[in-house]
Amino acid sequence: MNPFVFADCTTESGALAQLSQNAKDGIVVKAGGVDLLDRMKEGLESPTKLVNIRNISSLRGIRETPEGLHIGPLTTLAEISEHPLIQSQYTIFSDACGNAATPHIRNMATLGGNLLQENRCWYFRSKDYQCLRKGKEICFAFGGLNQYHSIMDYGSCPAVAPSSAAVGLLGLNATVELTSAKRGKRVVGIKELYVLPEANPTKFNVVEPDELLTAVMIPKPAAGTRSAYQKYGEKQSFDWAIADAGVVLEMDGNTCRRAVVTMGAASPVVRRSPQAEAALAGKPITEETARAAGKASMEGAQPLSMNAYKVQMFPVAIYRTVLLAAGQMGRDPRAAG
Amino acid sequence: MSGPKFPPQPNDPSSSTPQSSDPAETSQAKERPAAKGITRRGFLKGAGVAAAGTALLEGAQVFTREAAAATRREHDGVKEFGPGAVPVALQVNGKEYTLQIEPRTTLADALRVHMGLTGTKVVCDRGPCSGCTVLMDDMPVNSCMTLAMDAIGHRVTTIEGLQSEGELHPVQAAFVKHDAMQCGFCTPGMVMTCSALLKKNSHPTEDDVRQATAGNLCRCGTYPRIFAATLEAAGVSGKESIRNA
Repeated sequence: MNPFVFADCTTESGALAQLSQNAKDGIVVKAGGVDLLDRMKEGLESPTKLVNIRNISSLRGIRETPEGLHIGPLTTLAEISEHPLIQSQYTIFSDACGNAATPHIRNMATLGGNLLQENRCWYFRSKDYQCLRKGKEICFAFGGLNQYHSIMDYGSCPAVAPSSAAVGLLGLNATVELTSAKRGKRVVGIKELYVLPEANPTKFNVVEPDELLTAVMIPKPAAGTRSAYQKYGEKQSFDWAIADAGVVLEMDGNTCRRAVVTMGAASPVVRRSPQAEAALAGKPITEETARAAGKASMEGAQPLSMNAYKVQMFPVAIYRTVLLAAGQMGRDPRAAG
Repeated sequence: MSGPKFPPQPNDPSSSTPQSSDPAETSQAKERPAAKGITRRGFLKGAGVAAAGTALLEGAQVFTREAAAATRREHDGVKEFGPGAVPVALQVNGKEYTLQIEPRTTLADALRVHMGLTGTKVVCDRGPCSGCTVLMDDMPVNSCMTLAMDAIGHRVTTIEGLQSEGELHPVQAAFVKHDAMQCGFCTPGMVMTCSALLKKNSHPTEDDVRQATAGNLCRCGTYPRIFAATLEAAGVSGKESIRNA
Protein backbone atom coordinates (compact mmCIF):
# COMPACT_ATOMS: atom_id res chain seq x y z
CA MET A 1 0.00 0.00 0.00
CA ASN A 2 1.12 3.52 -0.73
CA PRO A 3 1.47 6.06 2.12
CA PHE A 4 -1.54 8.31 2.64
CA VAL A 5 -2.98 10.95 4.92
CA PHE A 6 -5.52 9.47 7.29
CA ALA A 7 -8.29 11.98 7.96
CA ASP A 8 -10.22 10.62 10.91
CA CYS A 9 -13.72 12.16 10.98
CA THR A 10 -16.12 12.13 13.89
CA THR A 11 -18.91 14.17 12.33
CA GLU A 12 -20.85 13.91 9.09
CA SER A 13 -20.24 17.60 8.31
CA GLY A 14 -16.50 17.18 8.84
CA ALA A 15 -16.38 14.26 6.40
CA LEU A 16 -18.51 16.10 3.82
CA ALA A 17 -16.20 19.12 4.08
CA GLN A 18 -13.24 16.86 3.35
CA LEU A 19 -14.99 15.55 0.24
CA SER A 20 -15.97 18.98 -1.04
CA GLN A 21 -12.41 20.29 -1.12
CA ASN A 22 -11.26 21.47 -4.52
CA ALA A 23 -8.50 18.92 -4.95
CA LYS A 24 -10.70 15.84 -4.91
CA ASP A 25 -8.25 13.67 -6.80
CA GLY A 26 -6.79 10.94 -4.68
CA ILE A 27 -9.34 11.37 -1.87
CA VAL A 28 -11.19 8.17 -1.02
CA VAL A 29 -13.83 7.45 1.58
CA LYS A 30 -13.05 4.58 3.95
CA ALA A 31 -15.66 2.86 6.08
CA GLY A 32 -14.94 -0.77 7.07
CA GLY A 33 -12.05 -0.72 4.62
CA VAL A 34 -12.47 -4.31 3.44
CA ASP A 35 -12.85 -3.60 -0.28
CA LEU A 36 -10.68 -0.47 -0.24
CA LEU A 37 -7.67 -2.14 1.43
CA ASP A 38 -7.96 -5.01 -1.03
CA ARG A 39 -7.86 -2.62 -4.00
CA MET A 40 -4.95 -0.72 -2.50
CA LYS A 41 -2.97 -3.90 -1.78
CA GLU A 42 -3.57 -5.01 -5.36
CA GLY A 43 -2.19 -1.71 -6.60
CA LEU A 44 -5.48 -0.71 -8.24
CA GLU A 45 -5.76 2.45 -6.21
CA SER A 46 -3.19 4.74 -4.62
CA PRO A 47 -5.14 7.45 -2.80
CA THR A 48 -3.29 10.36 -1.22
CA LYS A 49 -5.92 10.72 1.50
CA LEU A 50 -8.33 8.36 3.22
CA VAL A 51 -11.38 10.06 4.67
CA ASN A 52 -12.20 7.70 7.52
CA ILE A 53 -15.92 7.79 8.28
CA ARG A 54 -15.87 4.68 10.45
CA ASN A 55 -15.95 6.68 13.71
CA ILE A 56 -19.00 8.80 12.83
CA SER A 57 -21.47 7.35 15.33
CA SER A 58 -24.50 9.12 13.79
CA LEU A 59 -24.09 6.97 10.67
CA ARG A 60 -24.42 3.73 12.57
CA GLY A 61 -27.40 1.77 13.86
CA ILE A 62 -30.79 0.31 12.98
CA ARG A 63 -33.88 2.34 13.81
CA GLU A 64 -37.52 1.40 13.41
CA THR A 65 -39.62 4.27 12.03
CA PRO A 66 -43.34 4.53 11.23
CA GLU A 67 -42.43 4.00 7.57
CA GLY A 68 -40.18 1.00 8.12
CA LEU A 69 -36.46 0.80 8.84
CA HIS A 70 -33.77 3.47 8.82
CA ILE A 71 -30.30 1.94 8.73
CA GLY A 72 -27.06 3.83 9.15
CA PRO A 73 -24.58 2.91 6.39
CA LEU A 74 -21.87 2.05 8.92
CA THR A 75 -23.97 -0.74 10.42
CA THR A 76 -22.03 -3.93 9.83
CA LEU A 77 -23.32 -6.90 7.87
CA ALA A 78 -23.05 -8.97 11.08
CA GLU A 79 -25.23 -6.50 13.01
CA ILE A 80 -27.87 -6.61 10.26
CA SER A 81 -27.90 -10.39 9.97
CA GLU A 82 -28.25 -10.82 13.74
CA HIS A 83 -31.01 -8.25 14.20
CA PRO A 84 -34.22 -10.01 15.38
CA LEU A 85 -36.64 -7.63 13.65
CA ILE A 86 -34.78 -7.83 10.33
CA GLN A 87 -34.57 -11.61 10.63
CA SER A 88 -38.31 -11.94 11.18
CA GLN A 89 -39.79 -9.26 8.92
CA TYR A 90 -37.06 -8.52 6.38
CA THR A 91 -35.64 -12.03 6.06
CA ILE A 92 -34.43 -11.54 2.48
CA PHE A 93 -32.19 -8.71 3.73
CA SER A 94 -30.83 -10.40 6.87
CA ASP A 95 -29.99 -13.54 4.92
CA ALA A 96 -28.40 -11.60 2.07
CA CYS A 97 -26.11 -9.85 4.58
CA GLY A 98 -25.55 -12.98 6.68
CA ASN A 99 -24.27 -15.04 3.76
CA ALA A 100 -21.75 -12.57 2.37
CA ALA A 101 -18.01 -13.27 2.71
CA THR A 102 -16.94 -14.73 6.09
CA PRO A 103 -18.05 -14.12 9.70
CA HIS A 104 -14.93 -12.03 10.39
CA ILE A 105 -15.38 -9.88 7.30
CA ARG A 106 -19.04 -9.37 8.19
CA ASN A 107 -17.85 -8.01 11.55
CA MET A 108 -15.91 -5.26 9.76
CA ALA A 109 -17.75 -4.76 6.48
CA THR A 110 -20.41 -2.06 6.49
CA LEU A 111 -23.71 -1.94 4.62
CA GLY A 112 -22.64 1.20 2.74
CA GLY A 113 -19.34 -0.36 1.77
CA ASN A 114 -21.05 -3.52 0.59
CA LEU A 115 -23.42 -1.52 -1.62
CA LEU A 116 -20.66 0.64 -3.09
CA GLN A 117 -17.88 -1.96 -3.45
CA GLU A 118 -16.26 -2.29 -6.84
CA ASN A 119 -17.01 -5.23 -9.10
CA ARG A 120 -15.05 -8.46 -8.76
CA CYS A 121 -14.22 -9.23 -12.38
CA TRP A 122 -10.73 -10.72 -12.27
CA TYR A 123 -9.61 -8.61 -15.21
CA PHE A 124 -10.79 -5.44 -13.49
CA ARG A 125 -9.17 -6.58 -10.23
CA SER A 126 -5.77 -7.15 -11.86
CA LYS A 127 -3.61 -4.10 -12.36
CA ASP A 128 -2.07 -5.83 -15.39
CA TYR A 129 -5.31 -5.58 -17.40
CA GLN A 130 -6.22 -2.14 -18.66
CA CYS A 131 -9.85 -2.87 -19.38
CA LEU A 132 -12.92 -1.00 -20.52
CA ARG A 133 -13.99 -0.40 -16.94
CA LYS A 134 -10.71 1.41 -16.31
CA GLY A 135 -11.41 3.74 -19.22
CA LYS A 136 -9.50 1.79 -21.87
CA GLU A 137 -10.66 0.14 -25.09
CA ILE A 138 -11.07 -3.57 -24.47
CA CYS A 139 -13.13 -5.86 -22.24
CA PHE A 140 -11.04 -9.00 -21.79
CA ALA A 141 -13.89 -11.10 -20.39
CA PHE A 142 -15.77 -11.55 -23.67
CA GLY A 143 -12.92 -13.41 -25.33
CA GLY A 144 -11.31 -14.64 -22.13
CA LEU A 145 -12.25 -16.49 -18.96
CA ASN A 146 -15.86 -15.60 -18.27
CA GLN A 147 -17.35 -18.45 -16.25
CA TYR A 148 -18.39 -16.14 -13.39
CA HIS A 149 -19.65 -13.30 -15.54
CA SER A 150 -23.09 -12.03 -16.55
CA ILE A 151 -25.67 -13.82 -18.60
CA MET A 152 -28.05 -10.86 -19.01
CA ASP A 153 -28.14 -7.08 -19.64
CA TYR A 154 -24.38 -6.83 -19.89
CA GLY A 155 -23.80 -4.56 -22.86
CA SER A 156 -20.10 -3.76 -23.04
CA CYS A 157 -18.92 -5.13 -19.64
CA PRO A 158 -20.23 -8.44 -18.28
CA ALA A 159 -18.81 -8.15 -14.72
CA VAL A 160 -21.55 -9.14 -12.27
CA ALA A 161 -23.03 -7.01 -9.51
CA PRO A 162 -20.97 -7.83 -6.40
CA SER A 163 -23.32 -6.72 -3.60
CA SER A 164 -25.56 -9.39 -2.12
CA ALA A 165 -27.05 -6.86 0.32
CA ALA A 166 -28.40 -5.06 -2.76
CA VAL A 167 -30.22 -8.24 -3.85
CA GLY A 168 -32.10 -8.12 -0.56
CA LEU A 169 -32.69 -4.36 -0.61
CA LEU A 170 -33.99 -4.37 -4.20
CA GLY A 171 -36.53 -7.00 -3.21
CA LEU A 172 -37.77 -4.74 -0.40
CA ASN A 173 -37.92 -1.62 -2.59
CA ALA A 174 -35.35 0.19 -0.44
CA THR A 175 -33.88 3.62 -1.08
CA VAL A 176 -30.60 5.26 -0.10
CA GLU A 177 -29.91 8.82 0.94
CA LEU A 178 -26.91 10.56 -0.65
CA THR A 179 -25.62 13.75 0.95
CA SER A 180 -23.34 16.46 -0.43
CA ALA A 181 -22.10 19.53 1.43
CA LYS A 182 -23.04 21.79 -1.50
CA ARG A 183 -26.19 20.23 -2.92
CA GLY A 184 -27.76 18.74 0.19
CA LYS A 185 -29.56 15.42 0.27
CA ARG A 186 -31.13 13.31 -2.45
CA VAL A 187 -32.86 9.95 -2.29
CA VAL A 188 -32.37 7.28 -4.96
CA GLY A 189 -33.75 3.77 -5.27
CA ILE A 190 -31.45 0.75 -5.10
CA LYS A 191 -31.92 0.11 -8.81
CA GLU A 192 -31.12 3.72 -9.69
CA LEU A 193 -28.01 3.62 -7.46
CA TYR A 194 -26.16 1.55 -10.05
CA VAL A 195 -25.06 2.43 -13.58
CA LEU A 196 -25.29 -0.07 -16.42
CA PRO A 197 -22.04 -0.37 -18.40
CA GLU A 198 -23.55 0.93 -21.64
CA ALA A 199 -24.53 4.14 -19.86
CA ASN A 200 -20.97 4.60 -18.59
CA PRO A 201 -18.47 1.75 -18.42
CA THR A 202 -16.19 3.53 -15.92
CA LYS A 203 -18.87 4.56 -13.43
CA PHE A 204 -20.24 1.84 -11.23
CA ASN A 205 -22.78 3.86 -9.25
CA VAL A 206 -24.31 7.36 -9.27
CA VAL A 207 -22.55 8.53 -6.09
CA GLU A 208 -20.61 11.73 -6.89
CA PRO A 209 -17.08 12.25 -5.50
CA ASP A 210 -18.38 14.83 -2.99
CA GLU A 211 -21.30 12.67 -1.85
CA LEU A 212 -21.64 10.33 1.09
CA LEU A 213 -24.18 7.53 1.42
CA THR A 214 -25.80 8.60 4.69
CA ALA A 215 -28.80 6.28 5.14
CA VAL A 216 -30.61 3.23 3.82
CA MET A 217 -34.40 3.22 4.15
CA ILE A 218 -36.60 0.14 3.83
CA PRO A 219 -40.39 0.55 3.67
CA LYS A 220 -42.44 -1.59 6.00
CA PRO A 221 -43.53 -4.77 4.20
CA ALA A 222 -47.25 -5.17 3.48
CA ALA A 223 -49.26 -7.53 5.68
CA GLY A 224 -48.75 -11.18 4.80
CA THR A 225 -45.26 -10.63 3.37
CA ARG A 226 -42.77 -13.50 3.51
CA SER A 227 -39.29 -13.40 2.02
CA ALA A 228 -36.13 -15.43 1.57
CA TYR A 229 -32.67 -15.26 0.02
CA GLN A 230 -30.31 -18.03 -1.00
CA LYS A 231 -26.86 -17.90 -2.50
CA TYR A 232 -25.10 -20.57 -4.52
CA GLY A 233 -21.35 -20.56 -4.97
CA GLU A 234 -18.48 -22.94 -5.56
CA LYS A 235 -17.46 -22.76 -1.92
CA GLN A 236 -19.58 -22.65 1.22
CA SER A 237 -17.84 -19.62 2.63
CA PHE A 238 -15.89 -16.65 1.34
CA ASP A 239 -16.96 -16.94 -2.23
CA TRP A 240 -18.90 -14.74 -4.52
CA ALA A 241 -22.26 -16.02 -5.58
CA ILE A 242 -22.47 -17.64 -8.98
CA ALA A 243 -26.23 -17.47 -8.63
CA ASP A 244 -28.17 -15.80 -5.85
CA ALA A 245 -31.86 -15.18 -5.59
CA GLY A 246 -34.14 -13.10 -3.41
CA VAL A 247 -37.89 -13.64 -3.24
CA VAL A 248 -40.55 -11.50 -1.57
CA LEU A 249 -44.11 -12.85 -1.56
CA GLU A 250 -47.18 -10.88 -0.47
CA MET A 251 -49.59 -13.64 0.44
CA ASP A 252 -53.37 -13.70 0.73
CA GLY A 253 -53.91 -17.04 2.39
CA ASN A 254 -52.30 -19.45 -0.03
CA THR A 255 -52.50 -17.11 -3.00
CA CYS A 256 -49.63 -14.85 -3.92
CA ARG A 257 -50.95 -11.30 -4.29
CA ARG A 258 -47.66 -9.85 -5.50
CA ALA A 259 -44.18 -11.28 -5.93
CA VAL A 260 -40.73 -9.70 -6.26
CA VAL A 261 -37.89 -11.86 -7.56
CA THR A 262 -34.37 -10.43 -7.53
CA MET A 263 -31.17 -11.87 -8.96
CA GLY A 264 -27.60 -11.05 -7.99
CA ALA A 265 -24.88 -12.62 -10.07
CA ALA A 266 -26.76 -12.56 -13.37
CA SER A 267 -26.03 -9.07 -14.66
CA PRO A 268 -23.80 -6.01 -14.06
CA VAL A 269 -26.41 -4.47 -11.75
CA VAL A 270 -28.87 -6.22 -9.44
CA ARG A 271 -32.08 -6.91 -11.33
CA ARG A 272 -35.65 -7.97 -10.82
CA SER A 273 -37.20 -10.59 -13.03
CA PRO A 274 -40.61 -9.31 -14.18
CA GLN A 275 -41.22 -12.62 -15.97
CA ALA A 276 -40.69 -14.67 -12.81
CA GLU A 277 -42.84 -12.25 -10.82
CA ALA A 278 -45.67 -12.53 -13.38
CA ALA A 279 -45.48 -16.31 -13.13
CA LEU A 280 -46.27 -16.10 -9.39
CA ALA A 281 -48.66 -13.15 -9.05
CA GLY A 282 -52.28 -14.14 -8.47
CA LYS A 283 -51.46 -17.84 -8.16
CA PRO A 284 -51.05 -20.23 -5.26
CA ILE A 285 -47.44 -21.05 -4.42
CA THR A 286 -46.84 -24.66 -5.38
CA GLU A 287 -43.89 -26.62 -6.69
CA GLU A 288 -45.31 -26.10 -10.15
CA THR A 289 -45.66 -22.30 -9.97
CA ALA A 290 -42.25 -22.03 -8.29
CA ARG A 291 -40.66 -24.00 -11.12
CA ALA A 292 -42.48 -21.89 -13.69
CA ALA A 293 -41.11 -18.73 -12.07
CA GLY A 294 -37.57 -20.11 -12.16
CA LYS A 295 -37.91 -21.03 -15.80
CA ALA A 296 -39.41 -17.67 -16.75
CA SER A 297 -36.50 -15.82 -15.12
CA MET A 298 -34.12 -16.93 -17.86
CA GLU A 299 -36.09 -15.38 -20.71
CA GLY A 300 -33.66 -13.35 -22.77
CA ALA A 301 -30.53 -14.85 -21.21
CA GLN A 302 -27.48 -14.68 -23.46
CA PRO A 303 -24.70 -16.64 -21.79
CA LEU A 304 -21.08 -16.08 -22.73
CA SER A 305 -18.68 -18.78 -23.92
CA MET A 306 -18.12 -20.32 -20.46
CA ASN A 307 -21.15 -19.57 -18.30
CA ALA A 308 -24.13 -21.32 -19.88
CA TYR A 309 -24.35 -23.39 -16.68
CA LYS A 310 -25.77 -20.31 -14.94
CA VAL A 311 -28.84 -20.51 -17.16
CA GLN A 312 -29.59 -23.81 -15.44
CA MET A 313 -28.62 -22.63 -11.96
CA PHE A 314 -30.82 -19.56 -11.65
CA PRO A 315 -34.12 -21.38 -12.28
CA VAL A 316 -33.22 -23.88 -9.54
CA ALA A 317 -32.08 -21.13 -7.14
CA ILE A 318 -35.31 -19.20 -7.72
CA TYR A 319 -37.53 -22.30 -7.49
CA ARG A 320 -36.01 -23.31 -4.14
CA THR A 321 -36.04 -19.77 -2.77
CA VAL A 322 -39.72 -19.25 -3.72
CA LEU A 323 -40.61 -22.41 -1.78
CA LEU A 324 -38.37 -21.36 1.13
CA ALA A 325 -40.09 -17.96 1.27
CA ALA A 326 -43.49 -19.66 1.20
CA GLY A 327 -42.45 -21.94 4.06
CA GLN A 328 -42.84 -25.04 1.90
CA MET A 329 -39.16 -26.03 1.84
CA GLY A 330 -36.32 -25.73 4.33
CA ARG A 331 -33.09 -23.85 3.68
CA ASP A 332 -31.12 -25.71 1.03
CA PRO A 333 -28.14 -27.37 2.78
CA ARG A 334 -26.20 -27.00 -0.47
CA ALA A 335 -26.64 -23.25 -0.52
CA ALA A 336 -23.59 -21.23 0.52
CA GLY A 337 -23.22 -19.35 3.78
CA MET B 1 19.48 -15.98 20.80
CA SER B 2 22.86 -17.00 22.31
CA GLY B 3 23.98 -19.92 20.14
CA PRO B 4 27.60 -20.45 19.18
CA LYS B 5 27.41 -19.09 15.62
CA PHE B 6 25.09 -16.20 16.46
CA PRO B 7 24.66 -13.66 15.02
CA PRO B 8 25.51 -14.87 11.56
CA GLN B 9 27.76 -12.67 9.48
CA PRO B 10 26.08 -10.71 6.68
CA ASN B 11 28.31 -12.41 4.13
CA ASP B 12 27.62 -15.88 5.47
CA PRO B 13 25.65 -17.57 2.70
CA SER B 14 23.76 -19.65 5.27
CA SER B 15 22.21 -16.55 6.81
CA SER B 16 20.05 -15.86 3.79
CA THR B 17 18.73 -19.41 3.53
CA PRO B 18 18.58 -20.68 7.08
CA GLN B 19 15.81 -23.18 6.47
CA SER B 20 17.50 -25.18 3.74
CA SER B 21 21.00 -25.04 5.16
CA ASP B 22 20.09 -26.28 8.62
CA PRO B 23 19.12 -29.96 8.60
CA ALA B 24 17.95 -29.69 12.21
CA GLU B 25 15.23 -27.38 10.94
CA THR B 26 13.41 -30.24 9.26
CA SER B 27 14.63 -33.50 10.69
CA GLN B 28 15.42 -32.88 14.36
CA ALA B 29 12.92 -30.28 15.31
CA LYS B 30 12.27 -31.74 18.76
CA GLU B 31 15.87 -31.55 19.95
CA ARG B 32 16.65 -28.23 18.43
CA PRO B 33 15.49 -25.58 20.94
CA ALA B 34 16.86 -27.26 24.05
CA ALA B 35 20.11 -28.46 22.51
CA LYS B 36 21.20 -25.25 20.81
CA GLY B 37 19.23 -22.53 22.58
CA ILE B 38 18.34 -21.19 19.15
CA THR B 39 14.84 -20.82 17.83
CA ARG B 40 13.98 -20.60 14.18
CA ARG B 41 12.47 -17.17 14.69
CA GLY B 42 15.42 -15.94 16.73
CA PHE B 43 17.76 -17.10 14.02
CA LEU B 44 15.79 -15.37 11.27
CA LYS B 45 15.49 -12.18 13.30
CA GLY B 46 19.25 -12.16 13.95
CA ALA B 47 19.97 -12.67 10.28
CA GLY B 48 17.59 -9.86 9.39
CA VAL B 49 19.12 -7.42 11.90
CA ALA B 50 22.65 -8.14 10.68
CA ALA B 51 21.70 -7.69 7.04
CA ALA B 52 19.69 -4.56 7.68
CA GLY B 53 22.40 -2.83 9.71
CA THR B 54 23.30 -0.24 7.11
CA ALA B 55 19.74 0.19 5.95
CA LEU B 56 18.74 1.21 9.49
CA LEU B 57 21.21 4.09 9.50
CA GLU B 58 19.75 5.47 6.29
CA GLY B 59 16.25 4.76 7.55
CA ALA B 60 16.75 6.95 10.61
CA GLN B 61 17.13 10.06 8.44
CA VAL B 62 14.06 9.19 6.36
CA PHE B 63 12.07 8.74 9.53
CA THR B 64 12.95 12.20 10.84
CA ARG B 65 12.00 13.87 7.57
CA GLU B 66 8.70 12.08 7.35
CA ALA B 67 7.89 12.66 10.99
CA ALA B 68 8.01 16.41 10.35
CA ALA B 69 5.47 16.04 7.56
CA ALA B 70 3.31 13.89 9.78
CA THR B 71 2.52 16.56 12.33
CA ARG B 72 -1.08 16.17 13.36
CA ARG B 73 -3.48 18.69 11.86
CA GLU B 74 -6.89 19.23 13.35
CA HIS B 75 -9.87 21.17 12.00
CA ASP B 76 -13.65 20.82 11.58
CA GLY B 77 -13.84 17.81 13.88
CA VAL B 78 -11.35 16.01 11.62
CA LYS B 79 -7.92 14.88 12.76
CA GLU B 80 -5.34 14.27 10.06
CA PHE B 81 -2.46 11.87 10.47
CA GLY B 82 0.48 10.99 8.24
CA PRO B 83 1.51 10.11 5.61
CA GLY B 84 4.69 9.65 7.70
CA ALA B 85 4.92 7.82 11.01
CA VAL B 86 2.72 9.13 13.80
CA PRO B 87 2.48 8.14 17.47
CA VAL B 88 -0.29 5.59 17.97
CA ALA B 89 -1.35 4.06 21.28
CA LEU B 90 -2.85 0.57 21.15
CA GLN B 91 -4.31 -1.57 23.93
CA VAL B 92 -3.06 -5.09 23.26
CA ASN B 93 -3.48 -8.00 25.69
CA GLY B 94 -4.13 -5.60 28.53
CA LYS B 95 -0.98 -3.54 27.96
CA GLU B 96 -0.67 -0.16 26.33
CA TYR B 97 1.85 0.07 23.48
CA THR B 98 2.89 3.38 21.99
CA LEU B 99 4.16 2.96 18.45
CA GLN B 100 5.51 5.23 15.74
CA ILE B 101 3.76 3.91 12.66
CA GLU B 102 2.52 5.17 9.31
CA PRO B 103 -1.28 5.27 8.94
CA ARG B 104 -1.01 2.65 6.18
CA THR B 105 0.23 0.06 8.71
CA THR B 106 -2.22 -2.80 9.12
CA LEU B 107 -3.02 -4.12 12.57
CA ALA B 108 -1.31 -7.39 11.61
CA ASP B 109 1.92 -5.56 10.76
CA ALA B 110 1.72 -3.39 13.87
CA LEU B 111 1.43 -6.53 15.99
CA ARG B 112 4.06 -8.61 14.24
CA VAL B 113 6.64 -6.06 13.10
CA HIS B 114 6.28 -3.22 15.59
CA MET B 115 5.31 -5.08 18.79
CA GLY B 116 7.04 -8.38 18.09
CA LEU B 117 3.82 -10.32 18.73
CA THR B 118 4.43 -12.84 15.99
CA GLY B 119 1.86 -15.36 17.20
CA THR B 120 -0.62 -13.76 14.83
CA LYS B 121 0.03 -15.20 11.38
CA VAL B 122 -0.48 -13.44 8.06
CA VAL B 123 -1.42 -15.97 5.41
CA CYS B 124 -3.49 -14.68 2.48
CA ASP B 125 -3.25 -10.97 3.44
CA ARG B 126 -6.66 -10.31 1.78
CA GLY B 127 -9.31 -11.60 4.19
CA PRO B 128 -10.54 -14.94 2.90
CA CYS B 129 -8.46 -17.24 5.15
CA SER B 130 -8.84 -15.58 8.60
CA GLY B 131 -5.40 -16.90 9.60
CA CYS B 132 -4.63 -13.47 11.09
CA THR B 133 -7.69 -13.39 13.35
CA VAL B 134 -7.42 -11.25 16.48
CA LEU B 135 -10.15 -9.99 18.77
CA MET B 136 -11.20 -6.36 18.87
CA ASP B 137 -13.41 -5.94 21.94
CA ASP B 138 -14.06 -9.71 21.88
CA MET B 139 -15.11 -9.60 18.21
CA PRO B 140 -13.00 -11.66 15.79
CA VAL B 141 -11.62 -9.61 12.89
CA ASN B 142 -9.00 -10.08 10.19
CA SER B 143 -6.00 -8.06 11.37
CA CYS B 144 -4.58 -8.01 7.82
CA MET B 145 -7.60 -6.06 6.56
CA THR B 146 -7.79 -3.71 9.54
CA LEU B 147 -5.65 -0.59 9.73
CA ALA B 148 -3.88 -0.18 13.05
CA MET B 149 -5.51 3.28 13.17
CA ASP B 150 -8.89 1.53 13.36
CA ALA B 151 -7.82 -0.40 16.45
CA ILE B 152 -7.23 2.78 18.47
CA GLY B 153 -9.56 2.82 21.46
CA HIS B 154 -10.41 -0.87 21.19
CA ARG B 155 -9.18 -3.77 23.31
CA VAL B 156 -7.09 -6.01 21.07
CA THR B 157 -6.46 -9.61 22.11
CA THR B 158 -3.97 -11.82 20.27
CA ILE B 159 -3.04 -15.46 20.79
CA GLU B 160 -0.31 -14.27 23.18
CA GLY B 161 -2.93 -12.72 25.44
CA LEU B 162 -5.28 -15.67 25.68
CA GLN B 163 -3.57 -17.54 28.53
CA SER B 164 -3.91 -16.20 32.04
CA GLU B 165 -1.21 -16.52 34.71
CA GLY B 166 0.62 -19.22 32.81
CA GLU B 167 -2.50 -21.35 32.35
CA LEU B 168 -3.58 -22.15 28.82
CA HIS B 169 -7.02 -20.94 27.77
CA PRO B 170 -9.46 -23.90 27.76
CA VAL B 171 -9.61 -23.78 23.95
CA GLN B 172 -5.81 -23.88 23.74
CA ALA B 173 -5.64 -26.81 26.15
CA ALA B 174 -8.34 -28.67 24.21
CA PHE B 175 -6.48 -28.06 20.92
CA VAL B 176 -3.37 -29.64 22.48
CA LYS B 177 -5.36 -32.58 23.86
CA HIS B 178 -7.10 -33.27 20.53
CA ASP B 179 -3.99 -32.59 18.45
CA ALA B 180 -6.16 -30.13 16.54
CA MET B 181 -3.42 -28.95 14.20
CA GLN B 182 -1.09 -30.22 11.54
CA CYS B 183 1.10 -27.53 9.98
CA GLY B 184 -0.16 -25.10 12.61
CA PHE B 185 -0.40 -22.02 10.44
CA CYS B 186 -4.16 -21.60 10.82
CA THR B 187 -4.05 -22.49 14.53
CA PRO B 188 -3.69 -19.05 16.16
CA GLY B 189 -6.58 -17.75 14.05
CA MET B 190 -8.68 -20.84 14.75
CA VAL B 191 -8.06 -20.61 18.50
CA MET B 192 -8.97 -16.91 18.55
CA THR B 193 -12.17 -17.55 16.56
CA CYS B 194 -13.21 -20.48 18.76
CA SER B 195 -12.44 -18.64 22.00
CA ALA B 196 -14.53 -15.67 20.78
CA LEU B 197 -17.40 -18.05 20.02
CA LEU B 198 -17.30 -19.51 23.54
CA LYS B 199 -17.29 -16.05 25.05
CA LYS B 200 -20.43 -15.18 23.08
CA ASN B 201 -22.10 -18.59 23.32
CA SER B 202 -20.92 -20.82 26.15
CA HIS B 203 -22.93 -23.85 24.96
CA PRO B 204 -22.49 -23.98 21.19
CA THR B 205 -23.66 -26.80 18.97
CA GLU B 206 -21.33 -28.34 16.43
CA ASP B 207 -23.15 -26.31 13.80
CA ASP B 208 -22.40 -23.11 15.74
CA VAL B 209 -18.69 -23.99 15.70
CA ARG B 210 -18.84 -24.71 11.97
CA GLN B 211 -20.57 -21.38 11.35
CA ALA B 212 -18.10 -19.44 13.53
CA THR B 213 -15.08 -20.95 11.78
CA ALA B 214 -16.63 -20.71 8.29
CA GLY B 215 -14.00 -18.13 7.34
CA ASN B 216 -11.00 -19.91 8.88
CA LEU B 217 -9.30 -22.03 6.27
CA CYS B 218 -7.29 -25.09 7.34
CA ARG B 219 -5.64 -26.53 4.28
CA CYS B 220 -4.47 -29.61 6.22
CA GLY B 221 -8.14 -30.43 6.85
CA THR B 222 -8.02 -30.75 10.64
CA TYR B 223 -11.58 -29.46 11.05
CA PRO B 224 -13.06 -32.49 12.91
CA ARG B 225 -10.46 -32.14 15.66
CA ILE B 226 -10.92 -28.38 15.81
CA PHE B 227 -14.67 -28.87 16.26
CA ALA B 228 -14.10 -31.59 18.87
CA ALA B 229 -11.61 -29.47 20.81
CA THR B 230 -13.90 -26.45 20.83
CA LEU B 231 -16.92 -28.46 21.93
CA GLU B 232 -14.90 -30.07 24.69
CA ALA B 233 -13.61 -26.71 25.87
CA ALA B 234 -17.24 -25.65 26.14
CA GLY B 235 -18.16 -28.85 27.96
CA VAL B 236 -20.55 -29.82 25.19
CA SER B 237 -20.54 -33.21 23.53
CA GLY B 238 -20.64 -33.34 19.76
CA LYS B 239 -21.55 -36.12 17.36
CA GLU B 240 -19.83 -39.50 17.85
CA SER B 241 -17.53 -38.96 14.88
CA ILE B 242 -16.48 -35.57 16.20
CA ARG B 243 -16.03 -36.73 19.82
CA ASN B 244 -13.61 -39.42 18.75
CA ALA B 245 -11.61 -37.14 16.49
